[in-house]
Amino acid sequence: MFILIVGCGRVGSAVAKRALDAGHEVSVMDRDPLSHERLDRDQTSTWEDAGGRFTVGTALEIDGLIEAGIEQADVFMAATSGDNTNLVISQIAQRRFRVPRVVVRVADPARAAWYAEQGLQTICPTQVAIDQAEQVLLAP
Amino acid sequence: MYVIIAGAGKVGWNLARELIARDREVTLIECNHDRFRVVEEELEHAVQYGDATELWVLERAGIQRADLVIAVTGDDEDNILIGQVAKDKYGVQRIVARVNNPRNLTHFKMLGVQPAVSATDLIMRLIEHEVPEYGLVQLLALEEEHLEIIELEVLENSQVVGMQVREISLPEGALIISVLRAGRGFVPKADSVIAAGDQVLLILDPGLESQITALFSPAGAGTSA
Repeated sequence: MFILIVGCGRVGSAVAKRALDAGHEVSVMDRDPLSHERLDRDQTSTWEDAGGRFTVGTALEIDGLIEAGIEQADVFMAATSGDNTNLVISQIAQRRFRVPRVVVRVADPARAAWYAEQGLQTICPTQVAIDQAEQVLLAP
Repeated sequence: MYVIIAGAGKVGWNLARELIARDREVTLIECNHDRFRVVEEELEHAVQYGDATELWVLERAGIQRADLVIAVTGDDEDNILIGQVAKDKYGVQRIVARVNNPRNLTHFKMLGVQPAVSATDLIMRLIEHEVPEYGLVQLLALEEEHLEIIELEVLENSQVVGMQVREISLPEGALIISVLRAGRGFVPKADSVIAAGDQVLLILDPGLESQITALFSPAGAGTSA
């Protein structure tokens, strides 16, 4: 599979490394060139030598998304630090580029829930933390 | 009519002022606290502090009963999402969104956020209107309604010079609605005669532009030097 991940933070970079290890083709995009470092950390070879791709670009710029390979992507993940950016680009990936599987990280539980109802596959770290905390704190 | 405006920048603040002056009920939402305090000095309870992309902030502002939501923040993603949520989640009848970067206009359309207004585009049209070298100027596009109003300058050698309006064989879906001559405009009748230097305003279905420019092109175009 060809996986495009926008946002090379803790989540994006870790998912990218795992996907590459699992034998997938992986392209990562971030507006900050320095974020590339996360992809090389704790690795025996560099990201590119291991077969990964990295593009510097702002998510809403279509040229950047195309350069990063959105037209060929089987899976698209929006994992930037901004909910609003993630929600807009994931919908663009879904509707304009017809990417078959789109996953979007949304920190705000209320909007994660509503956009999930609209057909987006959302992941809400905040909700996960709330649920876990509840389990731990309120355990008998 | 109840109006919610997201973003208290120059556009949002002035809009709120105008609407309040016309006795509309308005809530302005601003997420920058310093800005909020400044605007609150003038607008008092009509401005609320918060991030208008968050659902609870919109609900606190009473989006369920809003007749119009205007998204004019400086961020296109925010404006898209505010418009989308207002329309699709809360069923707001009318939305207007501001496009900061004209290249994002397609995204607004794709996600159903219409009408989307781009100040850059509007200024470009104004410039085209003022600079006569441009042949055809689009003055207004009603995207949803599939209509547009364009302006054409009638050149000295145009084949329509001296013709009556009824003699110009406009395609189906195009109509001359006004003629501007010597700084004044009038609505032409069937027997009004077109003169060189006239600016002609037409309403038409999008896509007919090239047929219209051909009709107004110089007589014997292509053969003259």
